[in-house]
Amino acid sequence: MQYLPNIIFFLVLIVGIGYFTMNIRKIIRNVKLGHEVDTSGNRGERWGNVLRIALGQSKMVVRPVSGLMHIIVYVGFVIINIEVLEIIIDGLFGTHRVLSFLGPVYDYLIASFEILALLVLVAVIVFWIRRNIQRIQRFISPDLKGWPKNDANYILYFEMVLMLLFLIMNGADHMLQDMGSEHYTEAGMFPVSIHLFPILENFSEQTLILIERTAWWLHIIGILVFLNYLYFSKHLHIILAFPNVYYGKIVPKGKFRNLDSVTKEVELMMDPAADPYAAPAEGAEAPAKFGASDATDLSRIQLLAAYTCTECGRCTSECPASITGKKLSPRKIMMDTRDRLEEIGKNIEKNGEFKPDGKQLLDDYITREELWACTTCNACVQACPVSIDPLSIIMDMRQFLVMEQSAAPNELNIAMTNIENNGAPWPYNQMDRLNWKNEA
Amino acid sequence: MSEQIHVPTMAEYIAQGKQPEVLFWVGCAGSFDDRAKKITKAFVKLLTNAKVDFAVLGTEESCTGDPAKRAGNEFLFQMQAMMNIQVLNGYEIKKIVTACPHCFNTIKNEYPGLGGSYEVIHHTQFLKSLLNEGRLKIEGGKFKGKRITFHDPCYLGRANGEYEAPRELLEKLEVELVEMRRCKTKGLCCGAGGAQMFKEPEPGIKDINVERTEEALEIKPEVIAAGCPFCNTMMTDGVKAKHKEQEVAVMDVAEMIANADEL
Repeated sequence: MQYLPNIIFFLVLIVGIGYFTMNIRKIIRNVKLGHEVDTSGNRGERWGNVLRIALGQSKMVVRPVSGLMHIIVYVGFVIINIEVLEIIIDGLFGTHRVLSFLGPVYDYLIASFEILALLVLVAVIVFWIRRNIQRIQRFISPDLKGWPKNDANYILYFEMVLMLLFLIMNGADHMLQDMGSEHYTEAGMFPVSIHLFPILENFSEQTLILIERTAWWLHIIGILVFLNYLYFSKHLHIILAFPNVYYGKIVPKGKFRNLDSVTKEVELMMDPAADPYAAPAEGAEAPAKFGASDATDLSRIQLLAAYTCTECGRCTSECPASITGKKLSPRKIMMDTRDRLEEIGKNIEKNGEFKPDGKQLLDDYITREELWACTTCNACVQACPVSIDPLSIIMDMRQFLVMEQSAAPNELNIAMTNIENNGAPWPYNQMDRLNWKNEA
Repeated sequence: MSEQIHVPTMAEYIAQGKQPEVLFWVGCAGSFDDRAKKITKAFVKLLTNAKVDFAVLGTEESCTGDPAKRAGNEFLFQMQAMMNIQVLNGYEIKKIVTACPHCFNTIKNEYPGLGGSYEVIHHTQFLKSLLNEGRLKIEGGKFKGKRITFHDPCYLGRANGEYEAPRELLEKLEVELVEMRRCKTKGLCCGAGGAQMFKEPEPGIKDINVERTEEALEIKPEVIAAGCPFCNTMMTDGVKAKHKEQEVAVMDVAEMIANADEL
């Protein structure tokens, strides 16, 4: 029975990591439903972006208040995870503070964890106030109604509880070390928990052990639960921000993709030697669908971005259409894409393969009114701290509307007819193009 | 402004067996829109004044396809692009300057993939280089000390990362350059991009150009400087909507330079 806690810990760890791995595989499967994009070359530039934008948070600090708070939580998260490593070793082998052989280094390490934990706690409370009391527009806009709003708060509660448990665990541990309790060898420096919980001084050794063990177990179980919550929440960015930034757009923002399938047809049309009545060659592939009407028409990069989006709303708060009360919200474009992709994924799980469900991303999730409100100004792309490009999805869906359905707003059809007939969006004769030079 | 300006075409150049230093891509707005034509003429005056050997395509120029592409009509875009590329390559064009950021962006970024690679420059960048080479002299003139704000065109700024060239030109005019709250990377669109110029906006609480004009008027400029014919129209309409057309002018940077010393 001596090893019972170790065995239980091992099982908890296996279940926690196993279930998480299963869900990550689902994400990979779903992202692969998108079409492949050539991202070869430019590896140096892409890794540079990962270092600067993802690791270095360079686009977060464009908004200094939330940016700095986020850096605290981010640094805290990364560094406190060194402690999780120790917890896992201790849990598996029944040791206590196994890294304490590092001596003074360990003392400073623990001290820094404690200070960071306190800072994270404060930052997370500020985040909660910003979301729930301050009524900042991007946190109360209608696209966050319901689950997304609750989801954001659950994440904050998780982080608060985890930090508190960590500090309680340390506080009780420190008390037991002072008492010279067996198993609790003196290790670590506790500048925060020592002041935070003076009430612990009143407890007996037995109670303190109970408190320390409870906090220890709840802390590590909490971390595993949080890890598994990621897949169901908007919080996947803590992992996916890195690949997403790597695959982010590295050409000028104004450069939109030219469709190769269209190039082939236009070249054929302009080739005087081409036979207009020729039947397609034997085994020629069918022409690709133009643009996107469903999530699976998008690219893998766009689908990865949908899972990466953490719904911070910086895009929407800078979008000229959103600002002036139009229905378009770039954040909602990403949320809708993810929701539809998840729906397709569940459909595949249930039926073995995708069974048409009479739904699609266009109309059932993203309306035409939203798509036509975009000015393609790139403000959303510029604002995204993790290099998501909502504009590319809007453009792909417009292509479907115009090229597959001829469903552009009538005024645009007129402009396009003009371009086609007389080389300008207005009905002026191309032969009059130089008249301006003779006008006074 | 009554004297006729000399605008040679590429056809004329080739007939004489010459190549110009740069092709001036006028664009649809610059060719047909009454307001934008003034910008075209102002820029031509500056080119002439700086003794730049330039030519235009004239009737051989056609829409770059930008509004078609942004509206989702990739087919029409590529047809326009390929026809233009045939003309440009036929004339062996190497360097193109344009006063329209949409033409600028499309030719610079989207034509190379279709076989048309040129050095493409926005007119504010070109004027800046003329200035640096000493070919163009800019003095404060009538804008000296005036309060001016610059509205960043999305397709020059965010789309292509050029924020400084127009501002440097304004500084040469010795104006008091004041920035709007949302400027440079955070600049707010005028509302015309993405083919919005050619349609009514979707229902909302306000038009985008009004939102942007209000922001500009907050800092009380005498001139709202622009670098794009569409921004120019949108901001002019915005100023009219706010009944401020008597106090606030909307002018292209090239017009300001040409007007400054009454060329």
